[in-house]
This record gives sequence, structure tokens and C-alpha cells, in this order.
Amino acid sequence: MFKSVIQRAGPISIRRMATAAVEKQALVKTFQIYRWNPDTPEVKPTLQEYKVDINQCGPMILDAILKIKNEQDATLTFRRSCREGICGSCAMNINGTNTLACLCRIDRDVSKDTKIYPLPHMYIVRDLVPDLTLFYKQYKSIEPWLQRKDVPADGRENLQTIEDRHKLDGLYECILCACCSTSCPSYWWNQQEYLGPAVLMQAFRWMIDSRDEAGDKRRSFLENGMSLYRCHTIMNCSRTCPKGLNPGQAIANIKKSMAF
Amino acid sequence: MLALRRQVGTNLCMRSIMIRPALRTVPMMFTQVRNVSYERLNAEQVQDKLVSQRKNRPLSPELAIYKPQITWILSGLHRLTGIALGGTFYIWMLAYAAGLPVSTTALAGAFGALPVVVKIAAKFILATPFTFHAFNGVRHLIWDMVKLVNNKGVITSGQVVLGLTVVSSAILAFL
Repeated sequence: MFKSVIQRAGPISIRRMATAAVEKQALVKTFQIYRWNPDTPEVKPTLQEYKVDINQCGPMILDAILKIKNEQDATLTFRRSCREGICGSCAMNINGTNTLACLCRIDRDVSKDTKIYPLPHMYIVRDLVPDLTLFYKQYKSIEPWLQRKDVPADGRENLQTIEDRHKLDGLYECILCACCSTSCPSYWWNQQEYLGPAVLMQAFRWMIDSRDEAGDKRRSFLENGMSLYRCHTIMNCSRTCPKGLNPGQAIANIKKSMAF
Repeated sequence: MLALRRQVGTNLCMRSIMIRPALRTVPMMFTQVRNVSYERLNAEQVQDKLVSQRKNRPLSPELAIYKPQITWILSGLHRLTGIALGGTFYIWMLAYAAGLPVSTTALAGAFGALPVVVKIAAKFILATPFTFHAFNGVRHLIWDMVKLVNNKGVITSGQVVLGLTVVSSAILAFL
């Protein structure tokens, strides 16, 4: 409808009303992206270069790789879903640190290439897609659900004071994107046994929930040399968390609660 | 509509791994035409394909590509200096037990004969791992009490440890 109004008004009046469109100069940024194809396993993983005019692209890294996939190379493979930092699908290593591609701005300095790798020290399904099977199994192993011996008296909800509820803030917001776990050198070397920061923070989330009654069981599950104590407070986890959470502190709290 | 249909027509094949037979009920008019080849696999073949792919999967790079940050660099140094100090101690002890001439008197005598500049440099190089490991150890004790376990605390305390290391090593070097 709007289009027809414009057409009736004629070209001259449009010119008067229109703001002069600023012709943006092309700002071409080079992206180097990790590629590996399972159909040709004999070919080693490589970095492939793509050039994108970032003046014709959204502001985030995810916008750039979607543009590459749409316009240049449909075979580029990565996970994405919500594009707003709540699903955790697009976790990858961008310029050396793990973050969500949808929350990471493109550096507008075109003199530097942006390097994109999959999450570190993970088995690669294809390109930027890591195999997270073990990560999810580890999450399952801590039994991440409310455990109680009885049901609530009114048959409806397990109540909690406001103060007790506040203890869960900064823990329940985790979206399990695996950025922290795969930034941890301990997790790189001992993935098979060490649970990693993301899963341990969720273990703590259930330990300090006033409604949960399985705290002792949860702690004794971690009472061995590997599951918890491979954490050496390196703190790459908290440094890299795209949601601004602090898994390192959660782990320190578990250690303290097990020692005292 | 016809153009949107798959060229394969009624013989709808499932994609090698991702699509399960349950998806066959999706109306074909909504499916995209793609220039890729499809192969028909049963559940067993899908499993075999997954297993064969898993055997080949590469590990993504980590140390070589992760951004150097004060967090993991200092942690690595703490471990390296610990190994160096402990290793030196044990090797020295074993050498002494084996009757080699590594007593303190022999060492002091040999060291005293060196030029002053070399003495100071050697003392600084030997003192640095020790002071760093000691101060960083205190940092670990603070963390064990769940203090300074946040981004700001870790960065600031790391810088403080580095500063104390340089200053104290210099003092020890000139003693």
C-alpha cells in the first residue's frame, strides 16, 4: 500500500522528502574459518579465508558467518538457533577465546583477520561443529534435578525463602554452551574423567538449593581425585563465559563445602 | 508447487544420518530442492556410518590457538616452576646421597670465584621461580577460602604476584 502512495506522489516530491542515502564504502574484512569435512577424512583440517563487506552485514560474528553461508559457501557448517545468546548453539573460538558468535561483535579493524575455530580440544563432527555427546553425558551424571524424600505438604510446590532463592542467581542462568569447559586446560587433558566447569557449576546449583535434599549424595559423588579436584583454579572458565557467570567460584565453593 | 517438489518424486530418500524415517510423513511440497545426492540407509547402516565417522574425527586445536591470558599462563608457570624446584631438590638430594661433590661448601666455593655480574644474574634467575611459586602459592590459599575467585580478583592478584616476584627476586639477587 505504501508503495502505491509513493508512486502516486510522483518522483519529484519523493526526491524532496528523501534523505540523501549515504553510500557506504565497502569495508572488507577477512575471516579465517576452520574447515574439516568428514567425507574426506584424509584431508587435514585447514583454515579457509572468506572476505565479507562488513558494511553490508549485521554487527555480530554470527551475521558474518551466516552471510558467508548464504552468499559464498553453502557447505560451511556451524550450529546456530536463537541469535540472541540464550540457546548456546553458536559457541565457538573467536580470535582465541570461546564465546557465542551471536554475542561477539565483529572487530571493525580490517587490518586484522578474524580467526574462527571450533571449541578447543573437542572431536569435530564437521567444520565448527564439535561432538558434545560426552559433555551432555557428564551433565546427566550429576543428576540435575530436584531430589527430595517427601512431596510438598499442600501437594503443590516446594517453597523457598527469597534469600534462599537469591543463592541460585548467577548459577541457574547457565545455558550449557560449553564455552567454559572447553576453555579449561584441565578439561582439555582430562576430559574423560574431569567433569569441567559448566557441569560442576550445575552440580553446585543443586547442592545449595534449599529445596534439594541430596546434597550429601551429590558431594560424595565428587569425592575422588578426578571429577572435581582436577580444577586447579586456572579461571579461564569465568574469563570466557559469554553470560558473565562465574563457574570458577562455584567450584571453589564446592571444594570448600567438601573440606569444612 | 511442482517446482518445489523434490526431483526424486515419490521415492523420497532419507538423508544419510540426520533424518529418521518418521520424517517421511512431512508433506513434500514444503521440502527444499538441493543439489546434493541422497543415499538410502537403514538404522543399522546409519549406526555404522556414525561409528566410522567417529573414528576419523580430528581434535580441534587448543594450546596453539587459545589467546594467552594471565589466567592460564600463570597457572602453567606455577606448575612448571613447581616441577623445576622440586626436580632440582630431588636430583640434588640423590646426587648428594650418591656421594657426588655437590655439598653446600663446594658450591659456595665455586660460586665465589665467579665475576660479580654473573653472580647477580645467576642469583636472579634462580630466585625468580622460587619467589613466583611462593607468592602464587599464597594466591592459591586465598582462592581456597573462596576469596578473589572472580575475573577482577584473578587478574589483579596475578599482577601483584608478578610485581612481588620481580621485586623480591631483585632483592635476593643483590644480597
